Amino acid sequence: MAGTAVRGRLRGLTWQVATVDEVVDETPRVRTIVLDVPDWPGHRAGQHLDVRLTAEDGYRAEREYSIASAPGEPVAITVERLEDGEVSPYLTEELRAGDGIELRGPIGGYFVWDGEDRMPLLLAAGGSGVVPLRAMVRHRQRTGSEAPVRLLYSSRTLDDVIYRGELEEASDGVEVVHTLTREQPPGWGGYARRVDAELLADVAWPADDGALAFVCGPTSFVEAVAEGLVDLGYPPARVKTERFGATGR
Amino acid sequence: MSFVSRGFKGRRRDPEDPGRVPPGQYVTPDFPVLSAGPTPHTPLEEWTFAVVDGDERTTWTWEEFLELPSETVTVDIHCVTRWSKLDTTWEGVSVDTLLEEAGADSPYVLAFCDGGYTTNLPTEDVTGGKAWVAFGYDREPLDPEHGGPARLLVPHLYFWKSAKWVRGLALREEDEPGFWETYGYHLYGDPWREQRYAGD
Amino acid sequence: MEPIDGNAIGGLLWEVFGAELTTATGTCAGCGATAQVAELVVYLEAPGTVVRCRSCDNTLMVVVDVRGTKCVDLLGLAALD
Repeated sequence: MAGTAVRGRLRGLTWQVATVDEVVDETPRVRTIVLDVPDWPGHRAGQHLDVRLTAEDGYRAEREYSIASAPGEPVAITVERLEDGEVSPYLTEELRAGDGIELRGPIGGYFVWDGEDRMPLLLAAGGSGVVPLRAMVRHRQRTGSEAPVRLLYSSRTLDDVIYRGELEEASDGVEVVHTLTREQPPGWGGYARRVDAELLADVAWPADDGALAFVCGPTSFVEAVAEGLVDLGYPPARVKTERFGATGR
Repeated sequence: MSFVSRGFKGRRRDPEDPGRVPPGQYVTPDFPVLSAGPTPHTPLEEWTFAVVDGDERTTWTWEEFLELPSETVTVDIHCVTRWSKLDTTWEGVSVDTLLEEAGADSPYVLAFCDGGYTTNLPTEDVTGGKAWVAFGYDREPLDPEHGGPARLLVPHLYFWKSAKWVRGLALREEDEPGFWETYGYHLYGDPWREQRYAGD
Repeated sequence: MEPIDGNAIGGLLWEVFGAELTTATGTCAGCGATAQVAELVVYLEAPGTVVRCRSCDNTLMVVVDVRGTKCVDLLGLAALD
């Protein structure tokens, strides 16, 4: 394991041009971009890649996006179009199959799950924070891991739930719990509020189970949930966090 | 020739009015909040503004500060991260007033702030009606995330010079680089000459 | 704009230091707190990137991109292993 870490660290990180293979609209504001990356070294579930856009006059903008696909699957990112964003409107509305896109990666060694840990997994997603967690769920499925998974997924409305169909069909050992914070469909029997201590206590694996938690989403969501898990008795080292920027990017 | 992203323009879509908007900037109706650290919350009872000249300090408490003559100004502001916001209205005390009361006479000043931020300016760029310590924005008390209770306002230079949470001006004989200037930003920062980085 | 965390600067730090550093442990020169880089507080929207200690808010690192060249200051880090 140490050898892999050293090799991983010494690999160069260079920009390369990938080609867009396919774009898939997940929700009215969210699109998955499947990429053909010529020199992709493989990735781990939870890692991200950096994207760089360059305008004709040389103006550049860079952003990071979590990899939505599992190790072994074609590289894909899922992008949410942010109001007044600079890069996300381009990626979700303009970019199309056949276009080139500059990227570098994979990046990240902290917010990763390789599937070797058999302990229960608690995945907590705020909005587009579900993206790296979905890669973890897909990886679990592909490797036949028996680690039980609970995905707590907070979205504004049902229409905002990314990968909805896929999550509905989630396999044995993967339980998805939604909470819809802004609007619920008629007859909705699920949670209808922001994640709070009580909701977390209902859904999270008991601290004694030795679960590993991954929490991803806007900073305020991540901090509330991470703090809540520690309050429930999770050792801080078993709660991994990844905060996404909240404003338009 | 490096790779160009087909159809990517960034925020700039139509060219802005060059008479009004400095080169490389785009106009935004928003007021972006850019921070290098957590928002300070100094209680007003503890807040002071000081003009520091070596060992001498001329200070005002919040009440004393609000008793100084103030004015309302409408100005355009230009951030080095490329956004410009036009016709922003502020209420503040002219830096002329503060430096006169302190009897200050030095070629440069270093603004210092809660949280440790600093920025340097030539004294002549904060006098002659060019700068204020502003406590009001858009006819409301200045919001903490925008620098309240008071920030420096120097609209003719890039907005990083308009230091948030300002607590005073230290008089200087030399143009001593402040926080961003130390890391490569331009010592002066004139948006009309696009002086973003040292050497521009 | 809420701060994010060190996960977001993985690529930047790799570019500057030539290695994946999100799991490296930083020691704050101000209060001695240790944390993995991924867990540090990151302010990304200012004219530069500022990395702070989660315990005491001390500035640990500042990175500024000056016309394509990264200028880094590790003033606040007692150690980075």
